[in-house]
Amino acid sequence: MISLLVNGKKHRVDATPDTPLLYVLRNDLALNGPKFGCGLGQCGACTVIMEGRAVFSCVMPVGEAAGRSIVTLDGLGSIEKPHPIQKAFIEEQAAQCGYCVNGMIMSAKVLLDRTPNPTEHEIRQALDPVLCRCGTHRGIIRAVQRAAKEMKP
Amino acid sequence: MRDSGLTRRQFGKSLTGIVVAFTLSPSLTLSAGTDLPGSLGAAATLDAWLRIDAEGRVTIFTGKVELGQGVLTALAQIAAEELDVPLASVRMVSGDTTLTPNEGYTSGSQSIEHSGTAIRFACAEARALLVEKASAELGVPQKELKVSDGVVAAENGKKLTYGRIAQSGLFRRKAAATVAPKLPSDHKIVGRPVPRLDIPTKVTAGPAFVQDMRMPGMAFGRIVRPPCPGAKLESLETAPVQRMPGVLAVVRDGSFLGVVATAEEQAIEACEALRRGAKWSEAPNLPDSREIHAWLMAQPTEDAVISEKNDPAAGPVVRRLEATYTKCHVAHGSIGPSCAVAVMKGGKLHLWSHTQGVYPLRNDVAAVLKLDPGSVVVSHVEGAGCYGHNGADDVALDAALLARALPGRPVKVQWMREDEFAWEPLGSAMVMKLRAGLAADGSIVEWRHELWSHGHGNRPGRPGGVNLLAAWYLAEPFEPAAVRGGSQPAGAEGRNAVPLYEFPNQKIVKHLVKDMPLRTSSLRTLGAYGNVFALESFMDELAGAAGADPIAFRLRHLKDPAGRAVIETAAAKADWQPGSKGGDGRGRGFGFARYKNLSCYVACVADVAVDRETGRIGDIRVVAAADAGQIINPKGLEMQIEGGIVQSTSWTLKEAVRFDRTRVTSTDWAGYPILTFKEAPSVEVHLINRPEEKPLGSGEASSGPAAAAVANAVSHALGRRVRDLPLDPERIKAAGR
Repeated sequence: MISLLVNGKKHRVDATPDTPLLYVLRNDLALNGPKFGCGLGQCGACTVIMEGRAVFSCVMPVGEAAGRSIVTLDGLGSIEKPHPIQKAFIEEQAAQCGYCVNGMIMSAKVLLDRTPNPTEHEIRQALDPVLCRCGTHRGIIRAVQRAAKEMKP
Repeated sequence: MRDSGLTRRQFGKSLTGIVVAFTLSPSLTLSAGTDLPGSLGAAATLDAWLRIDAEGRVTIFTGKVELGQGVLTALAQIAAEELDVPLASVRMVSGDTTLTPNEGYTSGSQSIEHSGTAIRFACAEARALLVEKASAELGVPQKELKVSDGVVAAENGKKLTYGRIAQSGLFRRKAAATVAPKLPSDHKIVGRPVPRLDIPTKVTAGPAFVQDMRMPGMAFGRIVRPPCPGAKLESLETAPVQRMPGVLAVVRDGSFLGVVATAEEQAIEACEALRRGAKWSEAPNLPDSREIHAWLMAQPTEDAVISEKNDPAAGPVVRRLEATYTKCHVAHGSIGPSCAVAVMKGGKLHLWSHTQGVYPLRNDVAAVLKLDPGSVVVSHVEGAGCYGHNGADDVALDAALLARALPGRPVKVQWMREDEFAWEPLGSAMVMKLRAGLAADGSIVEWRHELWSHGHGNRPGRPGGVNLLAAWYLAEPFEPAAVRGGSQPAGAEGRNAVPLYEFPNQKIVKHLVKDMPLRTSSLRTLGAYGNVFALESFMDELAGAAGADPIAFRLRHLKDPAGRAVIETAAAKADWQPGSKGGDGRGRGFGFARYKNLSCYVACVADVAVDRETGRIGDIRVVAAADAGQIINPKGLEMQIEGGIVQSTSWTLKEAVRFDRTRVTSTDWAGYPILTFKEAPSVEVHLINRPEEKPLGSGEASSGPAAAAVANAVSHALGRRVRDLPLDPERIKAAGR
């Protein structure tokens, strides 16, 4: 049994330590946020935040994630009470198919936690590891800029 | 799936619940020979399109499906507009073989024209019936009644809600389309940038995709695909795999091989073990990728002249030009690999799929499983953006074949990344050979466009075969349906090969290569991407030869007023300056097309910076103008135009499927790189609204013009023409020398 701390809750899961964290999050914990995109750490659809860093959960063995604080899109906010970044993505309509949006929002969260007032260049840099195929890049940049404004203390 | 309040457990249940509740009522059979607008004839009765419950909630049934293009929001807007109900009271049910009309595929940018028109007329008629009945019940003449927010009210204060009036089968009648929809000037919901209905669920990790479906007892399947197209499974060791933890079934049928396990990671591990124990016969059946274009031109082809004009009186040719353009095989490259859930119970199969056509998929799956089509239900659930015919349908058959081995148990199959890249049908490589003759005044008097391409329409549901991957590998294999070319004017391989410009003499010839060592099918725009790239590149070359400004040169040959307006708008918004010198590493280019010559007009001006040393192209800015007739949702339209520009820029600069003589070798994002955030262009879209015109499909309209604008800008920057896509650093370095 492996102990996980996900979105502030403790879980004990029955998985071998080398199982990619992604499958445990999606199947054992029934979370929808992190998505399977490549299983190779190349597209960012599976991004979660671990100890304040954006990590690709598809190549992170669950054994290494044990006991460390993990946040997924599911834990950020809800449809009734969205996190300011989620709200900004809704207001800017920053999704077409929406499959990559998990990686975008989670990467944006890590960026804004460290750099509350990012330049467009910094936003592009931070989101570069996450692939979008629909061509929503500009809307996503606008959403991150809007979130930055709204999250200002 | 736009209901946002569903918990994960309810996801599967609610879908099933809907099926049970509604299966019996509407007649979904096609009423043949009708002359009804849009796809209204796809269902026999009005209640096949809409229902209103006792609380006044409206349910709209459409055969078109959400692919990330925002179509369900646009259709809901149309329904709410005609019915005079708040948008929030409209619920969409889409793409389900037991619930919705058969509107074929969601493809070709036709959903608003087909389903939107049907829903518009159905709802206008429904509103008239509601008012008529209210008038009778209230004893008030119709013209003294007002409708708002689903309430019919008389001046004397008497009122009735839709929920009250709509009961007792009011809509169980043939759609007549005799009630005129609202005038555009009266629109309050149509034409507004209403927020997409599906986005809140998606950004808050709700269950939005087929990948998010979870059902009680659901198992996970993976497929061991052959090592190359056409390979045969010669021998297989299954015993060690069957002893692996969690393995529920190893399924082999001829050369189709898959495994089902309790946990997803177990299925993946078992799949790898199974692969290690499988011996295949394989053969180098693919052409040389470096010679793919010469190979295409050397194959037997089915030829057709798709347009010909002769005017012997046109002025003599003083100068002839010729150029050949090429594009490579391009992948859809969905971010989420294809996925489906299947359950087989009591001889009946239920499939949840992100297919673009639930009915054609149902029929082909039924044929393969030797089931009556009535025993197969296909329900659409969203997947990642597909941009055409990707692995969606194939994985649905995979799931069905695995589920058949475990009756009663839902099985979810998701392709791995390499499955998608190696097996999805590709957008065909193409060759476009253009020739033109200029008169003494520099105008074009002769135009010839000849193209070579594989087929672009090999979806399931085609007659004479089964277009599903696994079916070809079974012990009793099915043959693929015969490849058929597209027909004009919309065309497929010939799409947009016929210029919208007017030339006195022209001949457009297509050569369809039916042999398909690498499988091809529909990718956003079909042949239009390659044809517009070639046509619009050649227009620039001819303008150069004629000493004319590229935009002025185009306008000289274009009469279509809407086309001219789009070109002039893009030029003005981009502050186009005739005669700007290129060749200094910065370039500006132009591209234009009316999609299919029938649909949305788009013109693009692109600016690029080209580094001759590295061959890299950066700092891309695109200004676009678009005319899609009447705009239903300006925000949605803008996103479609912009998304098409960004994706096309990616195809144009970076994308080519790699293969050796045996198999596809670009099977991950490192081997098949696409545009990233750092490289994505800045885009500005200007919309021209024509509320009095019919709404035109826009989802594919910008891809061709954007490719041409970017390629023309790169050529301008280099001072030298580039004619082969993609414009990757190697090619640019070579061209820059």
